[in-house]
Amino acid sequence: MKPAPFDYVAPIALHDAIALLERHGDEARPLAGGQSLVPMMAARLARPTVIVDLNRIVGLSGIVVDREAVRIGAMTRQAEALAAADLSAALPLLAQALAEVGHPATRARGTIGGSLAHADPAAELPVAMMALDAVLTISGPNGERRVPADRFFAGAFETAVKTGELLTEIRIPAVGSEGHAFLEIARRKGDFAVISAAVRLRLADDGRCDAVRIVLGGVAGAPVRCTESEERLLGERPGSGLLAAAAGRIPADAIELHSHHASRGYRRDVAPVLVRRALTLAAARAGAPGLGVPAP
Amino acid sequence: MKRCTVALTVNGRGSEITVEPRQSLAEALRTELNLTGTHLGCEHGVCGVCTVLVGGQPIRGCLMFAVQAQGLDVTTIEGLSGAALTPLQESFRRHHALQCGFCTPGMVLTLHALLEREPAADAVAIREAISGNLCRCTGYQPIVEAALAVSRG
Repeated sequence: MKPAPFDYVAPIALHDAIALLERHGDEARPLAGGQSLVPMMAARLARPTVIVDLNRIVGLSGIVVDREAVRIGAMTRQAEALAAADLSAALPLLAQALAEVGHPATRARGTIGGSLAHADPAAELPVAMMALDAVLTISGPNGERRVPADRFFAGAFETAVKTGELLTEIRIPAVGSEGHAFLEIARRKGDFAVISAAVRLRLADDGRCDAVRIVLGGVAGAPVRCTESEERLLGERPGSGLLAAAAGRIPADAIELHSHHASRGYRRDVAPVLVRRALTLAAARAGAPGLGVPAP
Repeated sequence: MKRCTVALTVNGRGSEITVEPRQSLAEALRTELNLTGTHLGCEHGVCGVCTVLVGGQPIRGCLMFAVQAQGLDVTTIEGLSGAALTPLQESFRRHHALQCGFCTPGMVLTLHALLEREPAADAVAIREAISGNLCRCTGYQPIVEAALAVSRG
């Protein structure tokens, strides 16, 4: 398990990193936290001849929470984000998702941006970012562009980031008063999810749902938004029957992934259960009465 | 392939090593500095035996290249105790928290970092902390008990 030889460069300016990535094209890979790329290199699934280490670049990490939005530098470590009390208070859904990402020792190095740019179909953070309407800033030779999360994730390990570009910042609009839940099924604590669900749900003064987001991970190449389920809930008062009915409206063909750990049939069976639990938790947190404590 | 010279602090002492870029930090600690207390197991970030502390935080020594450690402060199991064992190490011995010992350096460093941050860590926090460290001998229970004995004072 040794990576193939490569040349190592650690620029301190973002424009130098971009120039290096542009010059070397597909031969080069940017190195963020290394918690996915390095194992792939060890197994020789990735054999870049040039590694552009982003860890020395000034200004790519940090968290800013204000009234309109939360901005997270792409190189912010997952551990730092998880420990940031202002971030957890502003975006409890993201904090819950982060707690499911790996282990203390992988979160100490792993970055928010690295996980998003890697876009593993089983990863938690892309699902949370979709549910939170995050906007991702991509920097390249021609400056910056901003891409909403639902157009950023193109498929398994595929994003809107092109060769010679880097994800540099994530901007998440502030959330108002609402309920949230992030639940997953994994084989062991800290493993990638077999399937994960992120839910946000808001109740109007009359107790009717007036905004809802349901996003599933681990079911297709990119996170899947469950619009049929969302439509079932809008304008209604959430009760256990309604939440189960909404969860039941996930289209079977939206669930494509299959592996020896979890068959497509298993994922199709378990997705509505997970969504029902997440909806129940989110609705209860939003203040819906009579839902009791959902199953763990 | 070009070799790079890296200046870093290991166990409080300034060190300079010359490595290939593809050498992991854990491998470089073993081969260049002879600090073989850091073990290498799966070498792809799953087992946790290569855990070392960088800036006081546990990291996977196999998922960081040694060249990336330029200017950083690394602590290995050799740097944890002086002449006597630390209270955590002593507790490991007392609670039979190891058998073959292969996972032990990673377990001790991971729990050391937890107890530095959270001196009164409970069993949930302890289990969460070592969730990324595999042990095939103990069944984990004696390891949790050893850490709990320290956190409960």
